Amino acid sequence: MAASEGGVDGGPLFAGLADVSISGDIPVEGEITVPVGSRSPDEDYSTLDEPVKDTIMRDLKAVGKKFVHVMYPKKSSALLRDWDLWGPLVLCVSLALMLQGGSADSKDDGGPQFAEVFVIIWFGAVVITLNSKLLGGTISFFQSLCVLGYCIMPLTVAMLVCRLVLLAGSGTISFIIRLIVVVAMFGWSTLASTAFLADSQPPNRKGLVVYPIFLFYFVISWMILTFTPQ
Amino acid sequence: MAAVDDLKFQEFDDAANLLAANPDATTISIDEPEIPKNQHSRLQEPRREEDDELLGTDDSDKTELLAGQKKSAPFWTFEYYQTFFDVDTYQVLDRIKGSVFPVPGKNFVRLYIRSNPDLYGPFWICATLVFTIAVSGNLSNFFIHLGKPTYHYVPQFRKVSIAATAIYAYAWLVPLALWGFLMWRNSKVMNIVSYSFLEIVCVYGYSLFVYIPTAILWIIPEKVVRWVLMIFSLCLSGSVLVMTFWPAVRDDNRRIALATIGTVVLLHALLAVGCLAYFFDAPELDFPAPIIPARNGTTVVTKSL
Repeated sequence: MAASEGGVDGGPLFAGLADVSISGDIPVEGEITVPVGSRSPDEDYSTLDEPVKDTIMRDLKAVGKKFVHVMYPKKSSALLRDWDLWGPLVLCVSLALMLQGGSADSKDDGGPQFAEVFVIIWFGAVVITLNSKLLGGTISFFQSLCVLGYCIMPLTVAMLVCRLVLLAGSGTISFIIRLIVVVAMFGWSTLASTAFLADSQPPNRKGLVVYPIFLFYFVISWMILTFTPQ
Repeated sequence: MAAVDDLKFQEFDDAANLLAANPDATTISIDEPEIPKNQHSRLQEPRREEDDELLGTDDSDKTELLAGQKKSAPFWTFEYYQTFFDVDTYQVLDRIKGSVFPVPGKNFVRLYIRSNPDLYGPFWICATLVFTIAVSGNLSNFFIHLGKPTYHYVPQFRKVSIAATAIYAYAWLVPLALWGFLMWRNSKVMNIVSYSFLEIVCVYGYSLFVYIPTAILWIIPEKVVRWVLMIFSLCLSGSVLVMTFWPAVRDDNRRIALATIGTVVLLHALLAVGCLAYFFDAPELDFPAPIIPARNGTTVVTKSL
């Protein structure tokens, strides 16, 4: 169709067709679909066709990046924006596993069982999140769970160190070392999670939100410190 | 002449008489600002409520408006529960201070709660108390048995769940029972002061705060010290409860009023004594180290206070 070419001589397009009308009995032919090769933003998020390794590596990289954020807590929104619960799950399971094998002389007086650690961590995190939301916080439910879970990482490291120290012996010196390590990690956890969560609270209620976080990590630290092998 | 009469100084009558003569007159009264004008208490004469509205003191205006607007969200929405957490940090700290230093004659609910009961204080004070008792009990047992050769430290983690059950049951079921009882008595005797369920929960929750430092000090393995501490904290928190609930029952039958107050104090004392007995081992008595099961599976436990 000659009219589809641009006005080569400088005139407007379709200038000669101003008074042409298309009658209904002229069949229209041609491709009506939009070619998929366009550069729309949705195209980049279609991950169905990529190899499995890419999918897994992307998630692992996200988890690893969050771990690094916890180690050097700065006010960055990356932890909050793309929340995931893989990291907290891995940390919680490893912490609960390491707390096993404690003095299990009788069920009543031993350390916490696996289920108890699990419940305390997740139920505690949920309660703290609900508390901060009820006090008027602007953070979303899963974002808060994500932050609280990731900030258990220093305490998991402390548990690992404690188990190694206990392998060497369980006298007073080992207790002092364990005490120092656990206290330091507890402070780190609390400061890290406060750095991420405190900004989303109304300013005159920050203390009310920080205290339950302090209590939560204190209880976990207590469980770590009182772990005694059989 | 009427003009001369007008210029003569007139002695003004007592305000009450003036108002009785002319009930619709505008009145102004200046009160000390820290006496709370509470709309619940019908002890005040009706004239005072008029004064409040005319003076427009912030507290009474706000509480009047807020009392109407609060809790208007239906109970299945999140906003409904947010109204129970409408406190700032300094308010919570003030309420805690008021429960630890009870001023004789001042009602905790009137002075601090002022129709804004919160659930933050009761919930987290109970949680702190649970863990404080469990941790302190564990520590005190550790120090008591430290030198003994047969002693093997155990974390006794199961006691946390027992402590949690006991304290949360006390802090929520006893206020429920008390509230039901007060409502029942209200239907029989017209009481002037009545509390809502949340206010009673609030009073109980904040009154438990003084047990937290007490539990920490109970680590000291001296029996006399422990009992002195217990009596002291019982007096403090018990006085908060008594001063709160005495105005609610004093118009009732004398015996019922005294029985109610007595039961409140008795339950409070039972909680303290029970915690001391169960979580903290007795310091002087010599008994075998806890829970070392013999090979055939039987365990030996002896405990006494």
